[in-house]
Amino acid sequence: MTGPVLRHLGETKLDLGPAREAPRDKGWRAGRDDDGIAWLLLDVAGDGPNTVSEEVLAGLSEQIERLKADPPAALVLRSAKTEGFAVGADIGMLEKMTDPETAEQKLRQGHEVLDALEALSFPTIAVSHGPALGGGFEIILACDRCIAVDGASFGFPEVNLGLHPGLGGTFRLPERIDATEAMTLMLTGKTAHTKKARKLGIADVVTQERHVGAAVRDLAHKGDTERDRSLTDRAMALAPARAYAARQMRSRTAQKASKEHYPAPYALIDLWEEHHDDRTAMQQGEIRSFARLLATDTAQELIRVFHLRGKLKDQGDGEDGVAHVHVAGAGAMGAEIAAWAALKGKRVSLFDPDIEALGQAVRQAQEICDDAHCSALETRDTLDRMMPDPDNTGAAEADLVIEAGPEAPEIKGKIYADLEPRMKSTATLATNTSSLSLDKLAEGLRRPKRFAGLHFFNPVPKMPLVEVVRHAETYGTVSDQLARFCGAIGKLPARVANYPGFLVNRALTPYLLEALVLVDEGVPKETIDRAAEDFGMPTGPVELADYVGLDICLHVADSLKADLDRALADVPGWFREKVEDEGEVGKKSGKGLYIWEDGEAQKNGEAAEPEAELTDRLILPMLDACVECLRREVVQDADHADAAMIFGAGFAPFRGGPMRHARARGIETVTKRLSELEDKHGARFAPDVGWTDLGPHAE
Amino acid sequence: MSRPVYLVDGARTPFLKARGKPGPFTPVDLAVQCGRPLLSRLPVPRDAFDLVILGCVNVIADEMNPARVAALRLGMGEAMVAFTMQINCGSGMQSIDTAYRYIRDGSHDLILAGGAEALSHTPLVLRQEAVEWYAELAQAKTTMETAKKMTEIRPDFFKPIIGLERGLTDPVTDLSMGQTAEVLAHRFGITRAAADLYARDSHHRLARAQRDGSLQGEVQPAFDRAGTVHRADDGVRPETDMDTLADLKPVFEKPYGQVTPGNASQVTDGASWVALASEAAVEAHGLEPLARILDSEWSALDPAVMGLGPVLCATEIVKRQELGRADLDLWEINEAFAAQVLACLAAWEDPDFCREVLALDGAFGRIDHERLNIDGGAISLGHPVGTSGNRIVLHLAKAMRRKGAKRGIATECIGGGQGGAMLLEEVS
Repeated sequence: MTGPVLRHLGETKLDLGPAREAPRDKGWRAGRDDDGIAWLLLDVAGDGPNTVSEEVLAGLSEQIERLKADPPAALVLRSAKTEGFAVGADIGMLEKMTDPETAEQKLRQGHEVLDALEALSFPTIAVSHGPALGGGFEIILACDRCIAVDGASFGFPEVNLGLHPGLGGTFRLPERIDATEAMTLMLTGKTAHTKKARKLGIADVVTQERHVGAAVRDLAHKGDTERDRSLTDRAMALAPARAYAARQMRSRTAQKASKEHYPAPYALIDLWEEHHDDRTAMQQGEIRSFARLLATDTAQELIRVFHLRGKLKDQGDGEDGVAHVHVAGAGAMGAEIAAWAALKGKRVSLFDPDIEALGQAVRQAQEICDDAHCSALETRDTLDRMMPDPDNTGAAEADLVIEAGPEAPEIKGKIYADLEPRMKSTATLATNTSSLSLDKLAEGLRRPKRFAGLHFFNPVPKMPLVEVVRHAETYGTVSDQLARFCGAIGKLPARVANYPGFLVNRALTPYLLEALVLVDEGVPKETIDRAAEDFGMPTGPVELADYVGLDICLHVADSLKADLDRALADVPGWFREKVEDEGEVGKKSGKGLYIWEDGEAQKNGEAAEPEAELTDRLILPMLDACVECLRREVVQDADHADAAMIFGAGFAPFRGGPMRHARARGIETVTKRLSELEDKHGARFAPDVGWTDLGPHAE
Repeated sequence: MSRPVYLVDGARTPFLKARGKPGPFTPVDLAVQCGRPLLSRLPVPRDAFDLVILGCVNVIADEMNPARVAALRLGMGEAMVAFTMQINCGSGMQSIDTAYRYIRDGSHDLILAGGAEALSHTPLVLRQEAVEWYAELAQAKTTMETAKKMTEIRPDFFKPIIGLERGLTDPVTDLSMGQTAEVLAHRFGITRAAADLYARDSHHRLARAQRDGSLQGEVQPAFDRAGTVHRADDGVRPETDMDTLADLKPVFEKPYGQVTPGNASQVTDGASWVALASEAAVEAHGLEPLARILDSEWSALDPAVMGLGPVLCATEIVKRQELGRADLDLWEINEAFAAQVLACLAAWEDPDFCREVLALDGAFGRIDHERLNIDGGAISLGHPVGTSGNRIVLHLAKAMRRKGAKRGIATECIGGGQGGAMLLEEVS
């Protein structure tokens, strides 16, 4: 809504029936219209979207009792909040339910409420606009019918918190739609958007807000609520068919998450395989399993990660004042940054001296749109917004210029000398450098205070984190603006100070270097990778180095070694030759430490079980680097360090991040282990002095 | 009130020869491709324009009123009024002329005027009998009726008519555009060799202009979704010579005609924009005009000799402005056909024609080939019909600046029997 006409008309008002003005009672508002249809609105007090809490369930229970006493012609259940139906269970409530026994008791109470809703004798119709997730979706599933307002989405993201649905979702969804589709939704945590929801049978009707009243009346009078069961559904009632399907689900899940680290999806598959044809057993099983999972470290850590995400996200809230972004440099990173910003609605110009690189950037942008499931119009608009700019004219229009040129100070200096005089005096200049010192790059700038780092990770569309790097002179307002820009393009900003490698690369470099040392020592690559993956890293260091590009790794390593005031492993001579002379730089050249075929590293058979020391050699230096960064105030606190490492480097989320992991393992244990490794392997393992501030005597 | 009107800047896509299947861009895609860099380099906010006008002859079904679609896709704001104009081959100049008149008369200050055409996207059209058959089939109520209707199907229902062929045929005289060129060649004694020679020069001139940077800034590269960068007009044949051209067979009047694919304009996709501004807009935005538009004129004549349109309208301007042949340093006459351009020149050299038809005292005289279409034309570049009129005005302005020329005329013949012309003057 930009123009005066739509501004005047305001937002589309939700049809709240006769309950619009009704008073709020435990998160619900109720009313009855002239046709005898009761309207029940979920409207939790406070700003922000609805969440399902104990109070909401208690309130619903009271409303149901009232309805039973005086049955209406039909019941409509919807949210009074524009944000959507409900984004899930109240996380605060879940955090408190760590005792399995009390948790089970509370879950049982919740189940009783939804069972009562399901058992009502009159037609019950849920109306959903926006997201209906987790507990919200489960309330909807307890209704007979579902009207989806265009834009509605449905899903069970519990698996991302180390859980599965806990308010009846595990049996009501497989009963309502194709069981394997239901399981896929629950196992992946993906949301089904309106069209998909209709296709799957979650939504009975798709309409626009302006027709909600008519749709409600239509469904209320139809009465018929029976659904046909599909052929596959009937097959899934047979144990052997289910056993086969469950095996497939397990193997697909195993490709993404191990049972040891992420028990929830496996628990859900077990539950379904055993009890799909027996609702009572399924319900009891769900309650028991959910309570058990909630008590696991995995769930508790993942819930904390959820909060960490929120913490970073909050930093990106607000108007960024960036209408036009100019990206200088259409290499892999520049092209992806430009496409992503355009996809998220920014007007973008992309400059590169090589016009063919600009052509490839357009092709890449189209692929990024495809991967993001953009509609034909969204793709067209994204490509329209991203202007390849061989004449470099966009710099003059831009509110933000992102330099993504080669990692060489003299080239970057030339780029700035060309760009800065043409930029608006109020525009921000940001560099996507991953290793060069911002203090040095700022020398010679006309407006160094408007200069900062904006460090994206590869691949841009997939990696949630962006480091917003300030140097000594950067205006606070410029850092704020960049953090908001990250928010505006759906990224999580981590604000860090200028430091060799900033935070994430500072911590990742010893991990990658140690992998090279291990290769040098003759440890098989596959074993090294397995050690890290068994620990919970998404990708082992050898494969990661190939993926990022060995040339980039070498460059970061060299620059860290030069700038950093501590020992790092030496880069083996063969590695430097491989990169600089042979041009074997990893995935992009088809050969690095591994051979790459069809975008996959070709690994040799089953890797041997790695020794514990191997894992420590890889992981502990990461923890140590984070401590160093905290001591030097590169990052503001341990939570931010954890968040940055999880969202920027994929550090095992179920372990809660490097600092959390250090505490879990014990500060003393970790420092002792580092000292042992120092004795055995050299100064690169010497524990940072910052550990003493964290130890038992610190506070 | 008559205010000065300035042509500030402009840009076009490379002209891309139609190669038997739909090209990578629709008309609006093309307009966006060259509109973006133009709007980016102009020191004017996109929503500061008062109006967008776009010439387009073959509008595709997905882009009704392509001017408005282009304005929105270019981010010029929801409040941007935009309309599309069509006067066949003159559409791209008609958009400029309309903008020129609006600004001259004081109602507007800043207008984006363009032309866009994707001839490679011209639809295949079903035969009328086939359309009727489909309609009746759709109305069949019973299975029997449907079955009966199905038996009436004829193979030639599926032989589509190329929409473009119909579009390039005058519906009143039923002469194709190529045939009107044959008529002119005959009436003015233009030989096949003269036409081929003219065509050869067109290619050589464009090739030279591409090489020496004369098209810098005017032609903006277009980027398609496959990652291909279209940098330059791709219909040019730098190596073409008289022997090659002589080998080509006539296409419109076989076997004795003389208009061949070699001495006719090419079927091509392309778009072009120019920005026009009042004095007030020039000052407000600190613009640096390329040229001033002094006058414009449209004329009409029998469709069978449509190719002489430029002679009528350009002469009107010359008379009104009391200019002589020597006052005009540069000419752009759209090269629909080599024989047609040469017939225009011959008409101006013919004292009887000039006296009787143009009401001049005698022959207008010979327009020096060195002042005419100095960087090639539609024979080498192609002729995206709705765009060409825009391109020749833009190119005239650019060429005048490059050559330090004082005055120039851009003019075109228009299928259906019309002509349009525009007089530009240097900005001192």
